[in-house]
Amino acid sequence: MTDRQIRLGADIGGTFTDVVLEVGSDRFSTKVLTTYAAPEEAIVTGLHQVCAKAGVAPDRIDQIIHGTTLATNALIERRGARTALITTDGFRDVIEMRSESRFEQYDLNLTLPLPLLARNHRHTLVERMDADGGVLIPLDRADIVALCDTLRQHDYQSIAVGLLHSYANPAHERLIREVLAAELPGVMVSLSSNVSPQMREYERFNTTVANAYIQPLIASYLHRLADRLAAEGADCPVFLMHSGGGIMDIATAADFPVRLVESGPAGGAVFAADIAARHGLDRVLSFDMGGTTAKICLIRDQTPKTARVFEVARSYRFKKGSGMPISIPVIDMVEIGAGGGSLAHVDALNQIRVGPESAGSEPGPACYGRGGTRPAVTDADLTLGKLDPATFAGGSIPLDSQASATALMTHLGDALGMDALESAWGLAEVVDETMANAARVHAVENGEDLSDYTMIAFGGAAPLHAARLCEKLGIRRCLIPPGAGVGSAIGFLRAPFSFEANRSVFMPLDAFDACTVRALFAEMQEEATAFVRSCDATAPITCDYKVFMRYKGQGWEIPVPLSREMAEAADRDAILARFEADYAALFGRTVQGMTAEITVWSVNAQTPTAPASPAAPVTAQPAPAPTGTRALFDAALGQSAEAAVYARATLTPGTHLPGPAAITEDETTIIVPASRHATALSDGCIALDSKDPS
Amino acid sequence: MTLSQVQYQVMWTRLISVVEEQAQALVRTAFSTSVREAGDLSAGVYDAEGAMLAQAVTGTPGHVNAMADAVPHFIREIGRETMREGDVYLTNDPWMGTGHLHDITVVTPTFHKGALVGFFACTAHVVDIGGRGFGADGNSIYEEGLQLPIMRFADAGRVDQTLIRLIRANVREPDQLIGDLFALSTCNEIGQRRLVEMLTEFALPDLTEVAGFILGHSRDATLARIAALPQATATGHMRIDGYAAPVDLQVTVSFNGDHLLCDWTGTSGLDPKGINVPLVYTKAYACYALKCAIAPDIPNNAASLAPFSITAPADTIVNAVHPAPVALRHVIGHLVPDTIFAALDQLLPGVVPAEGAGCLCNFQLSLRPGAAAPAGARRSEVLTFNSGGAGARPALDGLSATAFPSGVMTMPVEATEHAGPIIVWRKELRPDSGGAGQFRGGLGQVMEVGARPGYRADFSAMFDRVDHPPRGRHGGADGAPTTVALDDGTRLHGKGRQPVPEGARVMLAFPGGAGYGDPAARDPAAVARDLALGYITADAARRSYGLTQPAIDAILHDAATPKG
Repeated sequence: MTDRQIRLGADIGGTFTDVVLEVGSDRFSTKVLTTYAAPEEAIVTGLHQVCAKAGVAPDRIDQIIHGTTLATNALIERRGARTALITTDGFRDVIEMRSESRFEQYDLNLTLPLPLLARNHRHTLVERMDADGGVLIPLDRADIVALCDTLRQHDYQSIAVGLLHSYANPAHERLIREVLAAELPGVMVSLSSNVSPQMREYERFNTTVANAYIQPLIASYLHRLADRLAAEGADCPVFLMHSGGGIMDIATAADFPVRLVESGPAGGAVFAADIAARHGLDRVLSFDMGGTTAKICLIRDQTPKTARVFEVARSYRFKKGSGMPISIPVIDMVEIGAGGGSLAHVDALNQIRVGPESAGSEPGPACYGRGGTRPAVTDADLTLGKLDPATFAGGSIPLDSQASATALMTHLGDALGMDALESAWGLAEVVDETMANAARVHAVENGEDLSDYTMIAFGGAAPLHAARLCEKLGIRRCLIPPGAGVGSAIGFLRAPFSFEANRSVFMPLDAFDACTVRALFAEMQEEATAFVRSCDATAPITCDYKVFMRYKGQGWEIPVPLSREMAEAADRDAILARFEADYAALFGRTVQGMTAEITVWSVNAQTPTAPASPAAPVTAQPAPAPTGTRALFDAALGQSAEAAVYARATLTPGTHLPGPAAITEDETTIIVPASRHATALSDGCIALDSKDPS
Repeated sequence: MTLSQVQYQVMWTRLISVVEEQAQALVRTAFSTSVREAGDLSAGVYDAEGAMLAQAVTGTPGHVNAMADAVPHFIREIGRETMREGDVYLTNDPWMGTGHLHDITVVTPTFHKGALVGFFACTAHVVDIGGRGFGADGNSIYEEGLQLPIMRFADAGRVDQTLIRLIRANVREPDQLIGDLFALSTCNEIGQRRLVEMLTEFALPDLTEVAGFILGHSRDATLARIAALPQATATGHMRIDGYAAPVDLQVTVSFNGDHLLCDWTGTSGLDPKGINVPLVYTKAYACYALKCAIAPDIPNNAASLAPFSITAPADTIVNAVHPAPVALRHVIGHLVPDTIFAALDQLLPGVVPAEGAGCLCNFQLSLRPGAAAPAGARRSEVLTFNSGGAGARPALDGLSATAFPSGVMTMPVEATEHAGPIIVWRKELRPDSGGAGQFRGGLGQVMEVGARPGYRADFSAMFDRVDHPPRGRHGGADGAPTTVALDDGTRLHGKGRQPVPEGARVMLAFPGGAGYGDPAARDPAAVARDLALGYITADAARRSYGLTQPAIDAILHDAATPKG
């Protein structure tokens, strides 16, 4: 086993830290409780556990890849450093005034989230660029020096610099950095033209402030982690998963800690993309449902869809606009406040509503018997026969069906004149419809039709709901991979080294300048490649080129991927043709008479992903004898039927069984409704396929 | 067939999701800045009779009832028997649509298995509709732009090219406007596809049963809320700037057990300029204000809106009839809720906020190249949406620089400066503008704007509350008024188109919200925070809240050290 590569993936989540060790093709995993005060402790504990299972010493590990909610949590819990913002005179309140709108229209007592930095920590300098990057008011170095006296009194640890139109001309921001380095040595500095060089000041400033705010905390954590791992014998290189779905080195992560936000869920998307590659699937909807939220992501050609901005720390029922925008390359995921612990109630319209309020693990759903009295999604699943009360969590948590029924009746059934079963059906339908709607809207926004997609479902609650979602979305096939409980950590081990460089440069195609374009792409390619090269000195590096385009006058751009040839040749006509084709695919038609323009340019450099070993075809095997039967409610048919129960561990590749059925494992149960049949695949995935041949 | 309650609920949820999807598609394809950046649009789905079943919650409550009323007008004018698959209809009639010519409403009939099963409608504010341009200066509707009566835009899939040519010839930004018309019709198509999929999934021939379920539940829930109110009547009054002369808004609100009546008798007559309001727009903001206070969680549809009855004598400024000029109907429309709150505060104590800035602080710059303009310079229209402060609430401070009752977003300054040769020199909070109180009004904002070197500009002001700032409630102080001037100190008018000399800046200060309750009762910690953060100055801390100089010095010292 000496020449097999040994890699460790560690995902620090809100409740658990998942650690996965891969020794060649063997995999060992564990879940340890997250240690908030010193998150590296849980990793070390997990590391020793998996090393012991695998029988390898920590010093044999070649590479450690890490993802963490630490950055996200620091932003949500406001546990950042003493931070200042330096901005253009006249624009002190950009991060406080936000979009000047209310994210909930009918709530007279709405409160808006506070800005990360209070007003007295936002300082201004007289200077101004115009929209083309021309200097309207030069910046006087003496003013910066004078401002440093004020900053010194505050004893800041970290300073964000965000000036108007700095994405077009960063000269003033760079001058400020130079003076700060001389006047306030030791203070960390984040420039908006580096952290997020994109037009729209609120998003750019907020992203830069977030970066500065968490930088001291994350930088210190990362260095502590590396030292601690080395002390335990694991002195191999440590890399970080970033929100864009790739990995970067510790130095880059310490410079751009905001790129660690949502790195755990990004690992889940990479996990799903790897399964997609193994099965040769080009259109995949990944569906990750846990205890409190569900996440949905589109994966095209084995690559998760990415976006340039997303929202973190939503404060009001996961509502769009109630968090803060972070503008970085990110895997585009929709998060819904719907998980196994989500609680249900009846609203003023006598309609069942579910989530985002969650029972969490304490007290948990009513059926846990730990004092929960309100019905959760898990209570509905139990009542509908989807869960076996005796074998939940491997039998470690006996479930109380009567408590579920009582909770359902008290909070739903009595108000609506339904029995416990119908209440459970209603609850489950509402939560499934909510998730299906989110998936549909997300698909429409991306110009995709889900009917030719395959779903890949993971996370504890997903296998219970995946088939029903497929029925609602018209998806014919769903794969449920093994190891789904630690999917994100496995995903880390499948991610490439990557870095995406972005620029905001406005260029109408009627003023297209091929020379500028070639220079721009070359510069970004060099920047992105250099970051990747710092992680891996030898691997081949490939670049993906993308521009964001719209018709002049529109406000939303669409991403237009370019081939290397199109980018290097700076071929205007080819770019226009590609834009028009993509626009028509999204919105049904092109617009006559309007000039198209490019607003944002991007180059993503990455190392090749490890080739996915294709799943071998299977020959059909008859189903083994079921371990029993139970009454399983079928939401599409609106009635219960007797379903056979199988243990997943006993299903050999090729096993084929018709729904209705339930396939049990320690962490969860795969529900096969009457409309589907299940097949065990060679790589351990269970496929759920529509019986309807059309 | 009979469906279970569960399935009906699923379909209701689905229809709400469909209209949100429809609205999202419009935001992404529209050319008009006000739609794409500010969310000034609506989308809704209707049954075959034209009853609205669901409406997207977008940036503007001003379309709430207007959308509910629109489709029956189309059914009447077009004629149900002539409707065919592939038809698309439109209008910008202020009285049939949403209150001014700049809003274009597009309606598409939906067919399933050959039968007309419902309608989709959407509305968007377009960049330009010809006439004098967007502003208050028209003397009648004929000066405000091109009027498009209810008519076919597409007949069985074929777009009317004569109409397109007519529109092109009459507006300043023809490509953008035509682009928006196609965006509107595309967004209805998206809704249609989803509706047909839903009917197929549930094996339903039409929407009849679903509509019955949605409207029945909505009616019952709304009536239950109204029945729980005290049966009483109260009158609210508010005086505002108007254009030619101050305007009195007066409303009498009656809770009548099974319906609410809002009557505007006592309100001023029409203004000669374009700030008059068609009743449909008054109804929208009146319903919005009432729903916020009474039934915020019940979605808008034909049944949930029906128990709200809004009346006004003809030719009052809140019930302008053809051919009154109405382009800036939003200014007074946005002040409707504060007037209603004056009445509601008497009927439902401790529910509604103090007065706020109310109307959006919008302005438009019309820029044209001067003698020294750079090569290739062209004329350009730049519209920006900005907000003053909202009124303090019974137990919370008001929101600073946040739109209320409108829900639209401002545009990023960087995006605005790409849209035309304009420079926004300043856009930040306005200290001391929030009215003092136990709960302080939200701060307004200051802006300084000018043309880029080489351009001349006309400034179209659309402001109110210059002479009538927001009034405090229950002992709270008034918010600060609007001020408009050039940087040399010349005062400008709150409304109307006014030239800006080359090189000059327009200095704007937008109103703060009013305070709620006695300032003496304000939590000292809140006063200290306001001072430390510069929401109030030392002078205001002394004057409004009685802070001593040593206390002020200590607070300001703390604010400049690590503890702050």
